[in-house]
Formats: sequence, C-alpha cells, structure tokens
Amino acid sequence: MNFWESVKVALSGIAANKLRSLLTVLGVIIGVGAVIAMLSLGEGARVQISERIAGLGTDLLIIRPGRFGLPGAAAGARGSADVLTFEHARALVQNTSSIIRVAPEVSRTVTISAGGTNLRETVVGTTPDFTEVRRTSVAYGRFFDNEEIERASRVAVLGSGVANELFTNASPLGQMIRIDGRSFTVIGVLAERGQRGMFNTDDNIYVPLTTAQQRLFGTKYLGTIYVQARENNLVRQAEDEASALLLVELGNTELFFIQNMGEILATAEETAKTFTFLLAGIAAISLLVGGIGIMNIMLVSVTERTREIGIRKAVGASGKDILFQFIIEAVVLSATGGILGILSGVVISRLASSFSGWPVVVSMTSIVFAISLSLAVGLFFGIWPASRAAKMDPIEALRYE
Amino acid sequence: MLIQLQDVVKIYNLGAHFIEVPALQGVSLNIERGEFVAIMGPSGSGKSTLMNIIGCLDRPTKGSYFLENTDVSRLSDRELAKIRNRQIGFVFQTFNLLPRETALQNVELPIIYAGIKASARKEKANQALGQVGLAEREAHKPNELSGGQRQKVAIARALVNSPSIILADEPTGNLDTTSGKEIMQIFGELNKEGRTIILVTHEAEIATYAKRFIKMRDGKIVEDSSK
Ligand SMILES: Nc1ncnc2c1ncn2[C@@H]1O[C@H](COP(=O)(O)OP(=O)(O)OP(=O)(O)O)[C@@H](O)[C@H]1O
Ligand SMILES: [Mg+2]
Repeated sequence: MNFWESVKVALSGIAANKLRSLLTVLGVIIGVGAVIAMLSLGEGARVQISERIAGLGTDLLIIRPGRFGLPGAAAGARGSADVLTFEHARALVQNTSSIIRVAPEVSRTVTISAGGTNLRETVVGTTPDFTEVRRTSVAYGRFFDNEEIERASRVAVLGSGVANELFTNASPLGQMIRIDGRSFTVIGVLAERGQRGMFNTDDNIYVPLTTAQQRLFGTKYLGTIYVQARENNLVRQAEDEASALLLVELGNTELFFIQNMGEILATAEETAKTFTFLLAGIAAISLLVGGIGIMNIMLVSVTERTREIGIRKAVGASGKDILFQFIIEAVVLSATGGILGILSGVVISRLASSFSGWPVVVSMTSIVFAISLSLAVGLFFGIWPASRAAKMDPIEALRYE
Repeated sequence: MLIQLQDVVKIYNLGAHFIEVPALQGVSLNIERGEFVAIMGPSGSGKSTLMNIIGCLDRPTKGSYFLENTDVSRLSDRELAKIRNRQIGFVFQTFNLLPRETALQNVELPIIYAGIKASARKEKANQALGQVGLAEREAHKPNELSGGQRQKVAIARALVNSPSIILADEPTGNLDTTSGKEIMQIFGELNKEGRTIILVTHEAEIATYAKRFIKMRDGKIVEDSSK
C-alpha cells in the first residue's frame, strides 16, 4: 500500500471519532501553544533588555571602587570606597588613546525642598560630558558647563521626575531649590528616560561635580566613573588601558573594578535566554501530557478496531501496513495539534503582550522547534499502540467481539 | 497440485493453565485446481481451523502444507499476507465488512493492499460487484444492505483480486434459504469459471452444489467422496 492510501485510511479513522480526536488534539494544542507563548515572550523580553542596554551604549565602561564595584568589599572597610578622584577621571581621557570622554559621578541621597515640598532624592555630582556619555539630553534649559565646574557654581539640573514632583506644572527654570539646606538655581531639566535601577536619570538631581564634592558632601572621592571608548570596537582596549592606568595610580587591582557594558549585555542576554528555555521547558511538560493523551486514545482506538485490523489482515494487509496506518493517525493528530497550537500560542502571546506591555517575538526557530517537537511526540507516543495493532494475530482479531 | 496437506496437526494452548486443545489431529488432504469442495461435520470438529490453515490465516502446529508447491510453513508473516491478498479470497459467516465504508470501498480493500492505482481499482471493484449482481448498491454501507446482499459484497471482495482459491466458512449460516441458494449459485458460477472453491457448511442441501464432500469428526477426516 502506498503512503497516500495510508494517509487516507488514517484520516478516515480520525474522522470516525471526531469529538474524541478533537479532545486528543486539544492536549497537543495546549502544549505547543504554551511552548510557543513562552518562547515568544521570553524572546521578546530578551530583545527588550538588549535594546535597553544597547541604548545605554555598548561603548561604555563603568569603573567603581572596591573589589567587585561594591564599596567595602575589598577590605571590609567603608574607607575602600575612597579611591577614585577627579584627577583619575581626567587622566583616563588625557593619558589613553582609546578613551574619548568620561563622566565621573559622586552621589548621596539628601533632602531637597522647593516651595513647600520636601523630598529625599539622590543628588549626583558630575561633569558636562555626562549627557554624551550617559546618552541623555536636556529637555528644557541647559546642562552646566566647564566654567561652572571650575567655580563650583550652585546650579542644578533636574531629572524629569523630580521636576514634576517639585514644580508640578510650573516651569522650574530659574527657580531656587534647597539641597541639604543650601540654595541652588535650576538651569535645566533632563528628558524623560523611564528606566529603572542604575540607569535611572529621572529621579536624580545633577549638580557640578566640584560643587557636590566641596559644598555638599565634603569629599574628594568619586563613586563611579563612566568611560566612553572612542569607538565600539575599542572597548576592550579602553578597558585594558584604564586598568593599566589605575593600577599605576592606585598600586592595587583590588581597589577598583571595571565593568564593560558589552559584557553586561552579553550576560543579560544569556540570562534571558536561560530563563526562556526554562519557561519553554516547563511548557513542554504539558506537551508531554498531550502526547500521553495521544497514546491513551490510540490504545483505545486499536482495541476498539481490533476487528477492523483482523479484516484488513485477512484480505492481505501486512503488519507494516497496519503499523503505518496507526502511526500516521497519531502523527496527523499531533501535527494538527502542533499547527493549531502555534496559532493559539501566537494569539496568546499577543494577548499577553497587549495586557502586560511586554514585547513578543515569534521566531521562525521556535515555530520549527514546536512543529518538530509535536511530530516527535506523535511518533514517540504512536509507535507503541501502532505496533500492538501490527502484531495482532488475524484469527484472534477477527474473533474479537 | 494446488493444495497439499500432510499430517496437519493444530493444537491450541489455553492461556495460563497450559491445557492443550487438539483442533486438528493429523489431516492429510489434496485438492486440485478447479475443484468445488464442501466440508461438513459436527460443531467443534475442526472445520474452521482447517479453513484458516488453508487460507494462510493460521499455521499448523505440526505437519506440512504446500500451496502451489510452496512450503507455506517457511514463509514470513509478510509473505503470508501477500498470499492472502493475491491467491486466496475468504468469505466469512459473519461477512466481516468494514461498517463505515461503502460496498464499493469494502470491495476495493484487497486491491488497495495489492498496490493497484485508484482508477483501475474502481473499475475492478465495480466489475466484481456486477458479477454478484450488486452494481447499483455500490454506495450503500453494510447496515443499509440485507444479510444476503452483505454476503454478496463479501464475495465480491473475495474475488476482486482474481484469486485462484475461494474459501467460504459457513457463508450461508446467517442467511435464509433463498439468499443461501443465490449465494451458492454465485459460487457455482465462479467454479465454472475455473476457480477452486472450498466451503464449510452444516446444511446437506447447500453441500449438494459441491462436487466433492469431506466429512470431519474430532479433528480428522472421516469421509471423502466425489460426485
Ligand atoms: N483460539 C482457540 N483457542 C482454543 N481452542 C480453540 C480455538 N479455536 C478453536 N478451538 C477449539 O478447536 C476445536 C475446533 O474448532 P473449530 O472452530 O475448528 O470447529 P468447527 O468445526 O469450525 O465448529 P463450528 O461448526 O461450530 O464452527 C474446538 O474444540 C474449539 O474449541
Ligand atoms: Mg467453524
């Protein structure tokens, strides 16, 4: 018997029990749908994370004091944070070939007040290159310039969130605010960025580095130096140069820690991928359950159709013909489930994304993966029932009531 | 010689208790091409067992069976399936049609497994249905046919692949006398065309259509006579 005849026979077997076939397929639909949805959401999350990190600039190095960039991690003493200075930051630009600019930062959380409003916010002292290095821009007014750094002027640039909280609808430009009791003039507001964690700029207040060090915090040290490489492919070189320079200056590699944004990106992508596979793996378990459903139904079907098998064998069907008939039946069920599952998975992930705002990326790989997985499930769980059918003795099968 | 059985023994083992049931106890039988044989005997005498062995649905426990000078005991399951498909047409007491398929589709079944193309298949199946006088019933399902008509469909299925041997195990057992006679007339005609026919029956009247009579008792042939 040729392949298409086997398919026809298998299809008529499926059509003979429509409701049962549908319920069996449903198990596979749910399994494949879950796998696709998880892969799509996971891939979407990965892409979003990558875009955000890439948006911060993959040409960046972040230098912090301490063993792992955590103050105190080296010697266990608070004092180990006091390592990096403005002079180091300047030297990084002047004495290396691969570093184009740096943005040194020092920050503390202090009390801010304007009008009647009091807030506790993070005040960051930095330099004019901040906007370039951190890829942000001024929405209103201007950022402070080098002259204001030299004079340690009492001027402030507000993150968009802080500006909103302090001045609601009024323009903050030219207004006076008090930072830790000292009065500052607002000269600009940063564009909204909407990011969280260490990349947040919306909820900070920016003042000239010298002002922060001398007038507010009373320190000559820095918390962080953001370093921008001349080009994307010079980041490694920049890291080596910075490391060598700081080693000479500080005499100990344990006193500072350099992070490479390219590496952070790679790590984050790796993490997101692992997470995606974990989710998809959990979803695949439901596909396994669907496969067991197929096996269950195939076993029932083989038993129910014992007489049919006997008749087919009596008129000349070989064991192989019967084997094919039932395997094809199982594979058709699982492949149908696979295709419908992909459709429902796409729909589910689109819905989930429109409710939660997560992006989804339905990749060709995940579709191919889901299809081959469902075919494998059909084959794997169909073979045993089919071989039981194929091995039936024709006489006993014909005698079956 | 078409069929040659030598000291064929068939013993069934009953499940867990290892009880041995002897169904055939040394049957020797030769049948030539073109014969019309009726096998009779009391219930349980081994008639169906013998038919199943001749029809390659079952294998003897002991003894030898040569079909057209081929030693059937040496053949694989696959080769036996091929013989059932090409050389033998089986007609059962309970018809054994596929209930969901039409008369035509049922008749087509053996030639699907023979690998014949769809168009040629339809023609052959229609021809076989015509031969048993059921041409207009091709689209009917078995439950839309009378018992006699169902058996005719089963006969059409048995002869569609032009086998040399037609085996019928009590083909009229579930039919009334009129339908029974019609069926026997069809067998008579098929025999005239040169096909070998072996049938099992309980009714002496049915047996009179045959030219040779074999009587069985307790798994042995006790009488073998020709007209
Ligand atoms: N699968 C089986 N397992 C065990 N014993 C069997 C089996 N098939 C047949 N027998 C036994 O073999 C003997 C012969 O059975 P067989 O079916 O050949 O009789 P028969 O002559 O066809 O009878 P009937 O006229 O009632 O159809 C019987 O005693 C029966 O019980
Ligand atoms: Mg019998």
